[in-house]
Amino acid sequence: MLLNALLLALREIRRNLLRSFLTVLGIVIGVAAVITMVTLGNGATRMVADQIAGLGSNLLMVMPGQRLGPGRDSAGAPKFKIADIEAIQQQVNGLKAVAPVVGSAVTLVAGTQNWSSTVSGTSNDYFVAGNWKLAAGRQFSDDEERAGKAVCVIGNTVKKELFGKQSPLGSSIRVKAFACEVIGVLAAKGQGGMGMDQDDTVLMPLRTAQRRLTGSLDIGNVMVSLKDATNSTVAIAQLRSLLRERRKLAENADDNFNVMDTKQIAETLSGTVRTMTGLLGAVAAVSLLVGGIGIMNIMLVSVTERTREIGIRLAIGALEHEVLLQFLIESVVLSAFGGLVGVVLAFFACLGLTALMSMPFLFNPGINLTAFAFSAAIGVIFGYVPARRAAQLDPIQALRHE
Amino acid sequence: MSEASPPLIELRAITKTYGEGQAAFQALCGIDLVIRAGEFVAVMGPSGSGKSTVMNLLGCLDTPTSGHYLFRGIAVETLDRNQRALLRRHSLGFVFQGFNLLARTTAQENVELPLLYRGETAEARHAAARAALKCVGLDGWEQHTPAELSGGQQQRVAIARAIVTQPLVLLADEPTGNLDSKRSHEIMELLLALNRDQGITVLMVTHEPDMAAYARRIVHFVDGLVDSDTQHAGSSAVGAQAEAPCC
Repeated sequence: MLLNALLLALREIRRNLLRSFLTVLGIVIGVAAVITMVTLGNGATRMVADQIAGLGSNLLMVMPGQRLGPGRDSAGAPKFKIADIEAIQQQVNGLKAVAPVVGSAVTLVAGTQNWSSTVSGTSNDYFVAGNWKLAAGRQFSDDEERAGKAVCVIGNTVKKELFGKQSPLGSSIRVKAFACEVIGVLAAKGQGGMGMDQDDTVLMPLRTAQRRLTGSLDIGNVMVSLKDATNSTVAIAQLRSLLRERRKLAENADDNFNVMDTKQIAETLSGTVRTMTGLLGAVAAVSLLVGGIGIMNIMLVSVTERTREIGIRLAIGALEHEVLLQFLIESVVLSAFGGLVGVVLAFFACLGLTALMSMPFLFNPGINLTAFAFSAAIGVIFGYVPARRAAQLDPIQALRHE
Repeated sequence: MSEASPPLIELRAITKTYGEGQAAFQALCGIDLVIRAGEFVAVMGPSGSGKSTVMNLLGCLDTPTSGHYLFRGIAVETLDRNQRALLRRHSLGFVFQGFNLLARTTAQENVELPLLYRGETAEARHAAARAALKCVGLDGWEQHTPAELSGGQQQRVAIARAIVTQPLVLLADEPTGNLDSKRSHEIMELLLALNRDQGITVLMVTHEPDMAAYARRIVHFVDGLVDSDTQHAGSSAVGAQAEAPCC
């Protein structure tokens, strides 16, 4: 009997190709839209999380001037000096690295190539604090740092732009007015959390940058990396009181410097991405609902025709449960087929889109299952329930249905 | 011959009321009717006289409000839905005024449908359906859908579907109602041949005296009651030679 019902159901699907196609299409779109949106959202979250991890966790950025905000003035705040760095190293507990940074935007020239980038004057602690690894070459020597020699370590983007595939080690780059020997290349990190290219950078000893680029002993900002076990709240408090003391701030005066915790930035960013994922999920849920209503429509529109058909079947001796089994199989086959096509379509759409946006592709079984189950359930319910109502009529009523 | 056969169908004091309360309409007001195997009965009467209602009750498509309906001695009113469906499946064939074929389905598949519910094998179904279609003169039209067939041809498909199960009774509700006079006579001769050659009991509702003339017995309904019930012998001779003996 099951075989019979299956035969009847398949025959019915083939007979009503357009209706079957529309039903399937409704389910396909609903399922594919939801899965694609949620998967892309997940990929974006992961991408941001990866970038934040690349930034180095437990990192504090100390900058002169007040936190930006309405009515605040950061222009007059005193800059940091090398003595501040030493004081931080000595008096704050639980630090892994303290790197002074002097930044300057410059044009770099090597041979016939030139490239605009940012030069940072810093110490070897920068490699630790920024979580940088070397792809080739070496860090600065003590001698080079002390003497302020013209040596530099370049980022992957700078290397590509100036040297292409050749090894830059030992070559020299002209930075503003002086030539600088390349002693190392940083391992590539990719895009930063804010969308900037982290590999577009050149590092040189602090003293070199101060003397030859900025011409002052000021330090732009300080990167402080905490040990894993360090409580960042305590470390920030220590750092603040130390700097307030050194800058001779009165009890009730505002800070004229600002400590930023990358963990906070990371949390803010992932919070934003989570919101985006939620938003995408909501849009997806709406499309699932719309898809569901589409399925409902096509099923309900065909009820008149199908009621007469059920009347005919009952009149020639079909039993109620035989008719119902046929309709149930029909709904299940169409819904399951539509759901599967939707899942497959979403898979390829996600594969393509994530590749296009250079995002990781994270297959999410939960959403695949949910979207499939929801659409299939709607398809089955709205295929089956009207049929059940019709099959319970007296045959003559079903036949007369207008 | 009909006098000697046992009663196939017996209706006793059948009533049928549609609606309730003020709006209630009594379509049948106590019908008594006996039909024996092998009869060819035409049911006539004006609109609203209850002739279609009685046909639907006889075909178990509808249930009476009160009274008894015995089919081969079985009290139909005591059967449940499934048992009535099985009675239709095994003993009754239907032909409707509106044909009631499945759309977009070939003649062959339409005719096979009752056999499918009987659980017959594919070969048995195909063979029986082809034989039935041949019997109604639709040799070669097996793969056409109703939309590709004329009204007369569609009604022939419907008749083939009704007789493919070799039923005891063929119930036809205005089978010629949607057809022109030439096609109507062809259909009537087909029904006559089935009655004569296969011994199928035929019950037919019609309001056309021309068509009723084919029957050996004519029952007149007026206002939900049997008005007259007359036998007349020779009518079956009309154009009997026109239809090739089939099946």
